[in-house]
Amino acid sequence: MRNARHLLYITMFLCPLLAAAQDKLATRNGVITFFSSTPMEDITAVNSKVASVLVPSSGAIEFSALVKAFEFRKAMMQEHFNEDYMESDKFPKAFFKGKVMPPTGDDLSRPGIHAVSVEGDLTMHGVTRHLTVPATLTTAADGSVKAVCDFKVKPIDYGITVPSVVREKIADTLDLKVQITYTKL
Amino acid sequence: MACTTRMFKLFLKKYVLAVVLATATLMAHAQGDLLDVLGPDTPQVVYTSASFKSTRVINGQSLESLPKGVLDFRISHRFGFVSNGIQDFFGLDQASFRLGFDYGLTDRLMVGIGRSTYQKTVDGFFKYKLLRQCDQGCTMPVTLDLVASTSATTLVKQQVPWYGENTPDGFSNRLAYSFQVVVGRKFSEGLTLQLSPGVVHRNLVATPEAHNDLMNVGAGGRVKVSKRVALTAEYFYVLPDQGPRENFRNSLALGVDIQTGGHVFQLQFTNSTGMFERAFITETSGDFFQGDIHFGFNISRVFTVYDPKAKARRRESELAK
Repeated sequence: MRNARHLLYITMFLCPLLAAAQDKLATRNGVITFFSSTPMEDITAVNSKVASVLVPSSGAIEFSALVKAFEFRKAMMQEHFNEDYMESDKFPKAFFKGKVMPPTGDDLSRPGIHAVSVEGDLTMHGVTRHLTVPATLTTAADGSVKAVCDFKVKPIDYGITVPSVVREKIADTLDLKVQITYTKL
Repeated sequence: MACTTRMFKLFLKKYVLAVVLATATLMAHAQGDLLDVLGPDTPQVVYTSASFKSTRVINGQSLESLPKGVLDFRISHRFGFVSNGIQDFFGLDQASFRLGFDYGLTDRLMVGIGRSTYQKTVDGFFKYKLLRQCDQGCTMPVTLDLVASTSATTLVKQQVPWYGENTPDGFSNRLAYSFQVVVGRKFSEGLTLQLSPGVVHRNLVATPEAHNDLMNVGAGGRVKVSKRVALTAEYFYVLPDQGPRENFRNSLALGVDIQTGGHVFQLQFTNSTGMFERAFITETSGDFFQGDIHFGFNISRVFTVYDPKAKARRRESELAK
């Protein structure tokens, strides 16, 4: 009787933890690519070390990307990106914290393709902005999820200004592509 | 009765404990960052970058070097002495000029060549980054570079300033070398300071009393005033008791760095005419405080010639699809 009671306590204690662990999908190798396209110059940078966690049951989603992990074709451009635009010594990371909202009646854990919208707060360069973007989630039979999302960001919205001499080379609106493959923990 | 009360108390104690524990676990779960499940970030090594906007403070080498595959085309210009007055349009009538190409062979090793109008000199150098200041994942507090440079004048025999009447002309008589250890630290986003002890060796000097080797110490620094503009200063002190030095003085330079995209513009006031080590460390003739100041500029334009990470990046983006 006494042992049974102990077992009960332990179960009560562990259950939420276990439930949490089983439910979460995560990765440390998510990819975020951004493009700036102007008639003068096309600029691309890739960060393939994005950390992200998704909870399919609640739709909670989070991203964290180290700004210095964005790699440019031109090393000097990468230095300027960090030094002059993102000020990555002051603001080392960019975050997103939000919620995946599937269409009514859809369940993210069902294998198949889900057209969803993602709503939440994007923080970079010390500025937080609320945004809602469309995304596509593909759930595999084993429960892993592939997420793809294209959206646009205006640097000026995040307090990132472009000096007039290079304004012809850097687009007002950047295209971002997020590609994440989530696996169970 | 007493027994029942004790059992009840025990029961209460245990259940209260259990409920508290369970609630605490739930709360911890609800409050924590989702990303915490990934554990702490794996410490990545990040070296300090952009200690200076350019590989030169003003005349002398800074502790920055070019990344692998980057070509830097440099045009440096020093007008005449401001003290020449209106007759020379405050020096703008004259010009000393250096054209140079620098290239990053690896992230640590860069090479450069240049040609100056000053004594029609060709110069070249190697700069090797031995120690790298670390921002994250390691502990190195300073950056240390080794710089070896050489210069050779291509003046006709009669014009080489250190040739006497009977000096045989030979290539080695035209050569000089400079070796420096550049050590410095980016103390904060806005402040970088460096010291550069070194020696300049001239293969041939004008008089028997003059020393071939001149020990010197350079000091340089920059203060950022905005994201793209920095103030710079540089001084080269030639150690005393190294033989007669005619009227040569120590080199002082004050400047402004302005960076726009791939260009860095360096504007400066300096008492040095030449832009390679032998010239500005050992042959600076102007007296800064008597107005013997050159206005000048360096323009640096970088080109990415070779992209060392292209393959890896392509592979990663393929994997993501």
